[in-house]
This record gives sequence, structure tokens and C-alpha cells, in this order.
Amino acid sequence: MNNLILFMGFGLSLVLVVATFVVWLSKDLLVAILGSAVVSLVASIFFLILQAPDVAITEAAIGAGLTTGILLYAMKKAGRYEDD
Amino acid sequence: MNGGLLFYGSSVFLMVMGIFIAITGKHLIKILLGIDLFDVGLNLLIISFGYVNGGTAPIFSKYPHIFKNVVDPVPQALVLTAIVIGVAEMAMGLAIVMKIKEKFGTCNIAKLKELKW
Amino acid sequence: MIRKIIAFLVVFYFGYILYSFIAVNFPFGERPLKGVAAHYVDKGIEEEGATNIVTSIVTLYRGFDTLGEVTVLFLAATGLGLLLAGMKEEEKEKPEPTLIMETTTRYLFPLVLLFGTYIFIHGHLTPGGGFPAGVVIATGYFMMFIAQKQFKPSEYLLSATESFAGTLYVIMGLLGLALAFSFLANVMPLGVPNTVFSAGIIPVIYIIIGFKVGSEMTGILAHLKEA
Repeated sequence: MNNLILFMGFGLSLVLVVATFVVWLSKDLLVAILGSAVVSLVASIFFLILQAPDVAITEAAIGAGLTTGILLYAMKKAGRYEDD
Repeated sequence: MNGGLLFYGSSVFLMVMGIFIAITGKHLIKILLGIDLFDVGLNLLIISFGYVNGGTAPIFSKYPHIFKNVVDPVPQALVLTAIVIGVAEMAMGLAIVMKIKEKFGTCNIAKLKELKW
Repeated sequence: MIRKIIAFLVVFYFGYILYSFIAVNFPFGERPLKGVAAHYVDKGIEEEGATNIVTSIVTLYRGFDTLGEVTVLFLAATGLGLLLAGMKEEEKEKPEPTLIMETTTRYLFPLVLLFGTYIFIHGHLTPGGGFPAGVVIATGYFMMFIAQKQFKPSEYLLSATESFAGTLYVIMGLLGLALAFSFLANVMPLGVPNTVFSAGIIPVIYIIIGFKVGSEMTGILAHLKEA
């Protein structure tokens, strides 16, 4: 793992931290769900850097695609904002 | 600046934030999102354990292959299983959330009197 | 507020302990392969014929785990259907999909299905396999659920595909038990590695898993849409 990839990884970890804080602090559940999708996407790139392409393709399809869809259907039923 | 700080640090951060959101969250979907973050962090930690410096993915394009530097394939197989279990658990939990919303009219755990005892 | 601060302190103390324990005991990237992992990498192609070692671990060496996982998925889909069965759909004014969305998804849908099929057929050669392929197919159906108003897959066909694939998986395992005295043994000829028709029963199992996961996830999405 050379220094360029590590540098890129530290940049991506900043995105991860910001997305996690968005999930924590956002009162709008739509924003929180999209933040969790971003976390999954960054984790999928990390899996690719760690030489696990099988896990990366699965995480990209499931974590960023299907889980977001399921959560959005549930959010439609449960209400968009946290206060009610 | 090394890989241990990056990958171990990211996964431990995700796990910690996941537990924190799941403990202090007020909305049921927020709690499930916390559990999801914990799941991702744990998967990243297990994959990081299997990394070997300078290793390549355990996929060979030539046969007979030379036994060279390859990352550990066993954690990858375990995590492949765990991710799919995670989405099943997520769907089940969301179904329960939707049922609670229909029955009690709210998803805020502070207002759900039936959860208290 | 005070509860939040206490939770914050406890959780971050846990994280600190965890990180220092890991960083001391598992130095990153300095653990050479040994034990079963070295055996899988070294002998995996000779024994099972798949050039993707992770695939042969998932389907054959640890095949029993995968059967359990598929069972968990089946139980989750069934339980979700059971929970959401009595819910009534509230009549809301739904926004109409535009013409561009409708036309684009109509032409994109077969390509997504084709891509999913490609992933599960080539599971033993390239990254991927049955689980992501099934999810890609389900994502194609999800796209159609969003963009087309009248699209509705047959519930009967979905559950029939799912049950048939599950039964076929167990039959493949029992075939190994009958012919090679081990559940899920590789009983078919291995062929030449790195070609499509190789690796014995791995492509068969991945095709079965692809159909099963695809129909299950589509069923979950359809149930959630109607609820």
C-alpha cells in the first residue's frame, strides 16, 4: 500500500467522519439515511483498497443500494421528521 | 501515517458512533441507522485483520499459479455472509417499526408509553 | 442531557480501549498466512477448480454456513410478509413519474437484469457471485417499482422461484452426500480452471443463490411498497 493510496484513504476518512456526524445530528431522516448510504459507499472503497473486491461489490450493491431503498420505503410510512 | 491508524481508526470510530447513536437516538429509524453503522464498522475491522502488506486479492488469473503474497481470504468470506445477514435484519427491524407506527401512531421512543415498565 | 454525556464518555472509553488493544496486539498487515488460509490459497484451485478463492470458501469449504445464511434470509422475508400482511395502504396522492423516467427505466431494466446474470455466471472467475447478483436484480425491480405505475410482479411466481431454488440447493447438498459421502461435496468434473465451464458445482450453486436472493429481495421490496 503506497503513500498515495494512504493519502487518498485519509481524505476519504474525512468524508466518513462528516457523513457519520450527519447521521447523528440531522433531524431530517431523509438526510440521515443518505448519510448512511455515503458511509457504506466509503466503506466499499476501503474494502477495495484492502484488496477485498468481493466484499466491495457486495457492500456497494447492498449497503448503498438496497438498504437505502428499504429505509426510504419505511421512512415514507414512519414520517420524515424526527419530532413527531 | 500508516494503514493501521487509517483502517483500525475508521472502523473503531464507526463502531463507537454506531453504539452512541443507538443508545441516545430518539427515533426508531435513527436507532436502526446506528446499528447499521456498527455493522459497517465491524465488517471493516474484520477485513482489516486479514490484510497482508503488499498482498493482492485472492483471485488468480493464471493456473498453475505461483504462491505469492496474497491477503487472507477467510475474513472476506465471513464478511460476505455478514453483510447479507445485515440487510435481512434491517428489513425485519423496519417491518417492526412500521407496525409500531401503525399501532401507536408515533416512532418517538419518549412517547411510546408501552415500552416503559 | 446528562445521560447523553455519560453515554458519550462510556462509549468513547470503550472505543479507546478497543483501539489500543487492537493496535498493540494486531499490527496492521504483518500477519503472514497460516493454517487453513494458507491451505485454501495454496491448494484451493487444485481441489475445487475455482480461480476466485473466496468463492470456493463461501460455497464449498464453508458451504454449510451459506446454507444457514440463505435460511436466515428466507426467514426474514417470511417474517416481514407476516408482519406487514394486515397493514392497510393509506390513499395518498402519489406524484406521477415523468415520461423520461418511464421510458429510461423501461430500456434500462433488461440491461440491469443482464448485468446481474453476468455477475452470477462468472462468480467463480471474477469478483461477485450469487449474493451481489441477486441484489443487483432486486435493485432493477426497485427501479421499476419507483418509475412505473402499473408494474407489479406476480407474487405467486416470486415465492415459487424462491422455494424451488431453496429445494434445489438442498438437493445439490444431498447429491454430494450420496456420491462423495460429504454434504455439498464437489461431485461434478472440475474442468480447466479459468474457463466458464469449470469448478464443478460452484457455478450451479451460485446460479441457484442468485435466483433465490433476487426473488427474496424483490419480495421484500414489494411487501414494503404495498404496506
